[in-house]
Amino acid sequence: MGAVLEIRNLAIALPRGGDRAQAVAGVDLTVERGEIVCLVGESGSGKSVIAHAVMGLSPKELKAVAGEILLEGEDILRASPERLRELRCVRMSMIFQEPMTALNPVMRCGDQIDEVLAMHTALGAAERRERVRRVIEEVHLPDPERMMASYPHQLSGGQRQRIMIAMALIMNPVLLIADEPTTALDVTTQAQILKLIRELQQNHGTGVLFITHDFGVVAEIADRVAVLRLGTLVEMRAKADLLARPQHEYTRMLIGSVPGIEPKRQGGGETAPLVLKAAGLSKVYRSGGFLSARRAVHAAEDVSFEIRRGQTLGIVGESGSGKSTVARCIARLIDPSAGSVSLGSDEIATVSARALRPLRRRVQIVFQDPYRSLNPRRTVGEAIIEGPLNYGMGRAQALARARSLMETVRLDPDALDRYPHQFSGGQRQRICIARALALEPELLIADEAVSALDVSVQAQVLRLFDEIRERMNLAMLFITHDLRVAAQVCDHVAVMSRGRVVEYGATREVFGAPRHEYTRALFAAAPGRGYTFGSPS
Amino acid sequence: MHADAPAAPAADLSTEAANVYVRPTVWQRLARHWAVRIGGAAMLLLTLVALAAPVLGTVDPTLFDPGSRDLLPGATGEITTLEGESVKHTFLMGSDSFGRDIHSRVLYGTRVSLIVGIACALLAVLLGVVAGLSAGYLRWLDMPLMRVMDGVMAIPGILIAIALVALWKASLLTVIVAIAIPEIPRVTRLVRSLVLSIREEPYVEAAVSLGTPTLKIMFGHILPNTVAPLIVQGTYICASAILTEAILSFLGVGLPTDMPTWGNIMAEGRVQFQQFPHNVFFPGIFLAVTVLAVNILGDGLRDVLDPKMAKRA
Repeated sequence: MGAVLEIRNLAIALPRGGDRAQAVAGVDLTVERGEIVCLVGESGSGKSVIAHAVMGLSPKELKAVAGEILLEGEDILRASPERLRELRCVRMSMIFQEPMTALNPVMRCGDQIDEVLAMHTALGAAERRERVRRVIEEVHLPDPERMMASYPHQLSGGQRQRIMIAMALIMNPVLLIADEPTTALDVTTQAQILKLIRELQQNHGTGVLFITHDFGVVAEIADRVAVLRLGTLVEMRAKADLLARPQHEYTRMLIGSVPGIEPKRQGGGETAPLVLKAAGLSKVYRSGGFLSARRAVHAAEDVSFEIRRGQTLGIVGESGSGKSTVARCIARLIDPSAGSVSLGSDEIATVSARALRPLRRRVQIVFQDPYRSLNPRRTVGEAIIEGPLNYGMGRAQALARARSLMETVRLDPDALDRYPHQFSGGQRQRICIARALALEPELLIADEAVSALDVSVQAQVLRLFDEIRERMNLAMLFITHDLRVAAQVCDHVAVMSRGRVVEYGATREVFGAPRHEYTRALFAAAPGRGYTFGSPS
Repeated sequence: MHADAPAAPAADLSTEAANVYVRPTVWQRLARHWAVRIGGAAMLLLTLVALAAPVLGTVDPTLFDPGSRDLLPGATGEITTLEGESVKHTFLMGSDSFGRDIHSRVLYGTRVSLIVGIACALLAVLLGVVAGLSAGYLRWLDMPLMRVMDGVMAIPGILIAIALVALWKASLLTVIVAIAIPEIPRVTRLVRSLVLSIREEPYVEAAVSLGTPTLKIMFGHILPNTVAPLIVQGTYICASAILTEAILSFLGVGLPTDMPTWGNIMAEGRVQFQQFPHNVFFPGIFLAVTVLAVNILGDGLRDVLDPKMAKRA
């Protein structure tokens, strides 16, 4: 039997005041030598708690109350802190979601990897240096000497994650724990990192416990899949079997919630009145001057598109492509440097702040982070009526509208006098939508509005967006990095890369036959293409 | 990690609320913190002493009697009232070289110290908030305003206070203003740095796109989110103002010497400290206890209201 990791009947208590008594309860899990086990679950399911317990990194409030965690037969839960220190990096390693914060910002990458060797081996400096060089080559980083001499901030996100992987694997551990290692990365980088983990794991025969919330990633990398829900394991089977024939109702619901990559909407409505037309929109950030050389960063360059009533335009792109800049220029949260944005017959890109005020209500925006989009010190009701009050509506009337909007977004109207912290992320996002709708805008901008949500919640909010657009005959601008999400809601898509729109057209055409090479690369990188998700549940 | 109820449709609000852990309110958490309890109790006691000074065995603190000079604590002597009568009086803390009752002067001095401390804190916080909000939110004002603040900060606070009191006639009001002004830049910097991070929050951007006027955003959205650190900063200013007032009086550049303030009493007793240490000892103890109490209270408030700052300290 080649089990590297065996978790038996593990139970970890949550401190008093948590939403349940135990973070995980009765979890049985094995990772064999040379296999990748994906631990899937939504936020709060306890998947990171398990990972940290295996590494012996749990905070003391999260105490294991039952069960055992066997690493090659040795119980981690009963190991002394010294023994754990010996085991970490040598027998088991971990990589994290955010490589920028997992690496020490004031230490050269080479030195950070070298530290592991200096701690756990008796090698001389020259030998260690050679091994660091080799491992950096092994994770396919170009120019190892330069990488070793670089500080983390000088590298890209993908390069930093490669450094993390190099550090984790240099002692050739039998177990690698990867806690959402690609969640903070762009899809093209994610695809490369997944390939790298696969390759290294096969070369070294490492057992991998891979934690993720993304079924696309599961489809790419897993051998076996364990589904976790509120601290209990609901299902654990081979990947192909699980994805094709999920047994448990919860697994079925999760897989059913993953948006499919087939475009859903027919397009059409080309004759509806034009709501928004952007032409030659640019935003340039200038810095320096005076003492240093002037630098100009083109966040958005010559962006043009139009949206008609009842239509949704998606802007798709990776981080830094300028998609959020465009959204913010259109909402006039920042001033565009050039170009025009016309809302119906009114120009909004260049008007003065005073002239802008009456126009503001016609464009509303919903942001990504539901936890920061609502003022924590104001009730939900105050948040929703703020807009109408600003435009002279009476308080009673505004409250009546708020109540009906709460119903529209499927929340209890009596919850208006509660504070945001009393709601979950998905509920808060509904509140933000209600707040935006309170002004009866013509254009609703959703800036990564579903990206921070769990897939099941995401599916509900996407349905809500669709419903609202139809019912209120809105024009929508939908900013997302997720092609699957775009496929679900958009009539047209504009693909952005480095501040420019590289491809723009009907969703069906762009998804069916991408013309630009960047679009093609983006599609090739989308995880889990081979599987059809989103079968109606 | 956020506990997002997976798959639970929003309609379940009521059932969800039923098993939600009820977080203790801010007031409950304050009442449970040891530092808030101790500091708060001490401040309450001092306030009561200040209010009840006339009935705590005191006489008018300006009264003196040449026959009762330099009495030791507990001694009995006579004191001349304003009407010219001589009455018997027990000098609980002794008397000074004019024959004034130190016990009365110290208790009445509590009033001056508390008024100065609280008034300075309120004034400095009020002006600092206005300046900090403006500098943080109205970017064009930032540069000129903050350079002025830097300038004020470059001069030792006590020197500014001495200069200001020297310019104006020394009175309670001028001393309060003079002590508060050097404290303003610190509040301004604190508020400005808070505003700079809060203004980037999406809920502020949402307010902009909802058409909320700038002043309403500044005072309605941003200010309430700076209150906790401000209260904490306010207590520290209060403690330092009480100290500064005592220093000014001690140096003879503060309140008029006939006013009963702890600094004045100590200044008067300084010369004879070797023979009659009680002249300095009693006001000194009151000053130390008050400043300690305010600071302990401030630490407790910081732990409860502003846990992020508490960890940093």
